Amino acid sequence: MEPALKINNLQVSYYTDAGRARALDGVNLTLNPGEKLGLVGESGSGKSTMALAMMRMIKPPGRIEGGEVIIGDVNLTTLSEEDMLKARLSRIAYIPQGAMNSLNPVTRIGAQMVDAIKAHDTGMSKKEIIEKSMESLESVDLKREVFKMYPHELSGGMKQRVCIAIGILLEPQVIVADEPTSALDVITQRQVMETIDKVQDKLGAAIILIGHDMGLMAQFVDRVAVMYTGRLMEVSSVKDMFTRPKHPYAVDLIHSLPNLENKGVFKGIPGVAPALLRLPSGCSFHPRCSQAIEICQKDTPPYQEIEDNRFAACHLFQEKA
Amino acid sequence: MQDLMELKNVTKIYSQGLMSQESTVALNNFSLKMNEEKPTIMTVAGESGSGKTTLAMLLLGFIKPTEGQIFYKGKDIHNLKGQEKLTFRREVQAVFQDPFAVFNPFYTVDHLLTVPIKKFKLAKSKIETQDKINEALTAVGLHPQDILGRFPHQLSGGQRQRINIARALLLRPKILIADEPVSMVDASLRANILETLSSLQKDYGVSIVYITHDLTTAYHIAKSIVVLYRGTVMEAGGVDEVIIKPQHPYTQLLIDSIPWPDINRRWGKTDIKVEDMEIGEFKAGCKFYSRCPRSMDICKDLPPFYQIEPKQAASCFLFDQNLQIAPENMTDLLPH
Repeated sequence: MEPALKINNLQVSYYTDAGRARALDGVNLTLNPGEKLGLVGESGSGKSTMALAMMRMIKPPGRIEGGEVIIGDVNLTTLSEEDMLKARLSRIAYIPQGAMNSLNPVTRIGAQMVDAIKAHDTGMSKKEIIEKSMESLESVDLKREVFKMYPHELSGGMKQRVCIAIGILLEPQVIVADEPTSALDVITQRQVMETIDKVQDKLGAAIILIGHDMGLMAQFVDRVAVMYTGRLMEVSSVKDMFTRPKHPYAVDLIHSLPNLENKGVFKGIPGVAPALLRLPSGCSFHPRCSQAIEICQKDTPPYQEIEDNRFAACHLFQEKA
Repeated sequence: MQDLMELKNVTKIYSQGLMSQESTVALNNFSLKMNEEKPTIMTVAGESGSGKTTLAMLLLGFIKPTEGQIFYKGKDIHNLKGQEKLTFRREVQAVFQDPFAVFNPFYTVDHLLTVPIKKFKLAKSKIETQDKINEALTAVGLHPQDILGRFPHQLSGGQRQRINIARALLLRPKILIADEPVSMVDASLRANILETLSSLQKDYGVSIVYITHDLTTAYHIAKSIVVLYRGTVMEAGGVDEVIIKPQHPYTQLLIDSIPWPDINRRWGKTDIKVEDMEIGEFKAGCKFYSRCPRSMDICKDLPPFYQIEPKQAASCFLFDQNLQIAPENMTDLLPH
């Protein structure tokens, strides 16, 4: 099967007065059509940078310094600025954090949807565009009347669903959702996630769900990628990740989660994540790692396949023969 | 025996505009008792708009109830004067949601910690001040030498939130109101903060009102839980009873929607009734009526509390064969 998305050795740095911060340090990832990947990590680990880099929306002082983002047969990193504008929304859609606050408060929902389609010369007539927008609203379980409404007339969950409706207008192959439900309560959150699930099924698009809510990941995604200081530490199927995580950081992360069985047990990860400007030598997790060995202080472990379809960057594991 | 803090049939109504009759009932006939002898951790859970934060503001005395009274050590908190008022301010402390917004970026952390000591004259000398600060920071699991002299932007969210708890602890509070203290903190640090709160209750005898929408953390830290929906208590009881065997249809939907970080526990067995935009507000009746999958005609009246289990009560007519209890006695059921 042809992958929907291929990321090869993606590198992003931010240049500050204090020096160069490598926000993404050689990320490799492949996603199949219809696959749901969860990208988790602490704040500052590079999750959102990764989303922005895929959209080519990194702003100075940040810069994409290398690597490729390939969707279908198009390499986004080599497109001209103009072609990239067209590719956004039609190839790759982005639902940002707190997307519901990104709606223009003084314009009707419909106008904002029509705008989005018009910006990509689709050759549709005005009537077709309106029809397409209304269909999109219906596909996220909103009524057609919402087309004529203003954002303040909608609840938070409804606004979030409007943002999803806008995201899928041009049937992108890849949808990047950055904490799409972080401001919603659990019932609305479930409703929004079920909506995303449904539209994704229909489009057959690949989804990258970014967040730090491991519970949501367990319920929603097929594969989990754990990120730390701009590097992928482990990428495994959701089942493997939750039942037998490999990388020590992933192990600690899974064990810190509350569950019905281990009531009253609190197990955090000792220490704090290092600042990107002052990364420790070797493996960036070694100062907090309970299983660190000598080599971890010197060499950065390679990111490699350790089992079938399972990747990790850790000296404890040998590459699969 | 006198209660440390008591809310008696408290109702808070926010009115909009000068002339308009539009008003929102943020909290409806809420009663609560807290005992000084038996410090506990109580969760108040609910989604946005349920009245959680209104409750926090009322407990702290920041806003006045529209109806009902709030007592601290037997006295109405809005009639406290002089020394009594200071004592109330010192003994009832808060930790808020956003660990980034409560710090003044121009001052080092020391400032945040010394001001309350000066205000309440807790220390006689600089050395004593320093000792107190060190002790409070150590109690929340921080190393004073890593923290003192630093500016807020040099600290992580988890560190800041623990400094907030340390600040509250400095004042030797009897009650700590924690309004969503971990919702903006990374998962890996959440456990540390919850542990800090939990040990505060055990080691220092502080009663904690843990206000949250996150029932997974509530389950781990609290002894009892009160579930609010649109200002009304839907269900209350021991945390084991309510979370493992929810009885009220709303609580059932809420618990079923928790994304447990466990791939063997799937969410979403019950369907969500999609809420229409124009909900007929049944001012008098059950607040959950329009979304309830088991609504009946009688639900247009306000359901009273029925005791379902020894430590569990719900406000729902489905249980009308059970013993009815008065709202002000609801907290007597809660385990300590």
